[in-house]
Amino acid sequence: MEFLHRYKRNPAAVFGLVLLLAILVLAATAGLLYPQNPLGLAGRPLQWPLSNPDFLFGTDHVGRDIGAQIFHGARVSLFIGLIATVIAIIIGIVVGALSGYYGGLLDDMLMRVTEAFQILPSFLLLLVLVAVFGSELQTVIVAIGVVSWPAAARLTRAEFLSLRNREFVQAGRTLGLGDFSLIFREILPNALPPVIVYASVIMAVAILLESALAFLNLSDPNVPSWGNLIGGGRGVLRVQWYVSAIPGIAILLTVLAVSLVGQGLNDALNPRLKNR
Amino acid sequence: MRFLSLAGRRLAAALPALVIILAGLFLLLQLAPGDTVDALVAQMGGGDASMIEALRRHYALDQSTSVRLGDYLWRLIHLDLGHSAIYGKPVAEVIVDRLPATLLLMGSALALAFAAGMGLGIIAARRVNRWPDTLISTLGLIFYATPSFWFGLMGIFVFAIYLGWLPAGGFGSIGSGLTGFARVLDIAYYLILPTLTLALIFLATYLRIMRASMLEVATLDFVRTARAKGLSDNTVVVRHILRNALLPMVTLIGLQAGTMLGGSVVVESVFSLPGLGRLAYESVMQRDLNTLLGVVFVSALLVITINFIVDLLYARLDPRISSGH
Repeated sequence: MEFLHRYKRNPAAVFGLVLLLAILVLAATAGLLYPQNPLGLAGRPLQWPLSNPDFLFGTDHVGRDIGAQIFHGARVSLFIGLIATVIAIIIGIVVGALSGYYGGLLDDMLMRVTEAFQILPSFLLLLVLVAVFGSELQTVIVAIGVVSWPAAARLTRAEFLSLRNREFVQAGRTLGLGDFSLIFREILPNALPPVIVYASVIMAVAILLESALAFLNLSDPNVPSWGNLIGGGRGVLRVQWYVSAIPGIAILLTVLAVSLVGQGLNDALNPRLKNR
Repeated sequence: MRFLSLAGRRLAAALPALVIILAGLFLLLQLAPGDTVDALVAQMGGGDASMIEALRRHYALDQSTSVRLGDYLWRLIHLDLGHSAIYGKPVAEVIVDRLPATLLLMGSALALAFAAGMGLGIIAARRVNRWPDTLISTLGLIFYATPSFWFGLMGIFVFAIYLGWLPAGGFGSIGSGLTGFARVLDIAYYLILPTLTLALIFLATYLRIMRASMLEVATLDFVRTARAKGLSDNTVVVRHILRNALLPMVTLIGLQAGTMLGGSVVVESVFSLPGLGRLAYESVMQRDLNTLLGVVFVSALLVITINFIVDLLYARLDPRISSGH
């Protein structure tokens, strides 16, 4: 309750939440407002926004409705961001928990692997994964998750290091709990809050990564994606700049919303750290 | 002497991660459909089975995976990155051709992001929770959320197409025959927009860290002492807070080196700069995995080098670190 109260007092966080809800509404109503295939041809290409009441957001360079792509794109972006984040967080938690709990040789090995992932520029690794495994939607989501986990692993490890010798863990050990239940039922719930807050950063980056991939035409061409629309509008940038401009604003607002909510959660969970 | 031993330890620590990267990538590429010989044969328009067999033997593809992995790592130690199928010359040569544009772009973007982030961070921290702070922090959040390729495209529209002030892309005027200083200026002119684009996202992070770090250092005892001595506000900030607040900023350079390289893939594609990132993109599009692997290897080396330099810089800024405390 107090948490909610603290969150409400932060105008930026509330704005972020409202923005995020608005984007969720876009995603939820996409099927109702634009029941046709958003990638199907809708009308004459390159109609300016507001010039035709049928296409409030205008049409793109091949005659697809930009509005339909924005609404359906919200679904795709949020879906990709969410699933990729869940994958990254799960990998990060498992690696970080094992590493922090057991220490020693296992810790050394897992941390070398984590370092390896941190040294490799994540977008380059993403390119390699897409080049090897193809660019279907599932592959892209998994690939984004696979390049995004190291920070979560380090965070979880740090939490485990500080928690693993606390009294409640020792009490659990004395009671004869196995390693598995000590890790996942005793320590993990206490280590989770900062990792969950960090998930908002991973999600923001995941959405940006997917849009960059789609912009370069390396994401799944069969799903409506904001990045893809921006890339398509590149050829007509000289006059019909709106084709690229509109989906860019959609990405910007989505990432902004996710970051603001994450920051709001962080401030509400750690009130003393506010202003940092 | 202590400096050198620190340097040696740092490099040795990076080695296992580098080996993991290389072995991992090599095994990953084993999963890719088709090998070098398939690509070659496809380029030649087909060939008979015995020739394909001979080619496989020639490229040692008939050996077991572990033998080839060892062989591959051994070649990398000699900096032999193999042959690029699409460019028809050694990968190392292609990469060396492309390196200057990327280094120039990254260097200038980093300098801009660091300087502007520092300046804005200081202003925000000194006016904390008042309107300049709110304005700067909000701008920072918006910059952070902006996809760089979109910002680049909008920059092209406004500055190259609408206003006509800056070139829309490329790396220097083609066929201008400029030499010496005129050529440097020409390239700098072409790099203005790409640098701004790449710097923008990082600017947001730098300014946030600078602000937080200034606020943190300002609460420490030695700052209170400095104030109690009667030093003016500006002197306290410049001589006492700033140097200490800079440490996290320097760390960030190392942490972001990889992200910056990744970002340059996109920025170089938007502005058609002949850099490493664009090479990575081209090799993905053309399935030239040898080149792609080379680019990734060189990028990893670059990130390790940058982190190494950052460590040295860090020890320089904070003498406590190199003395091992």
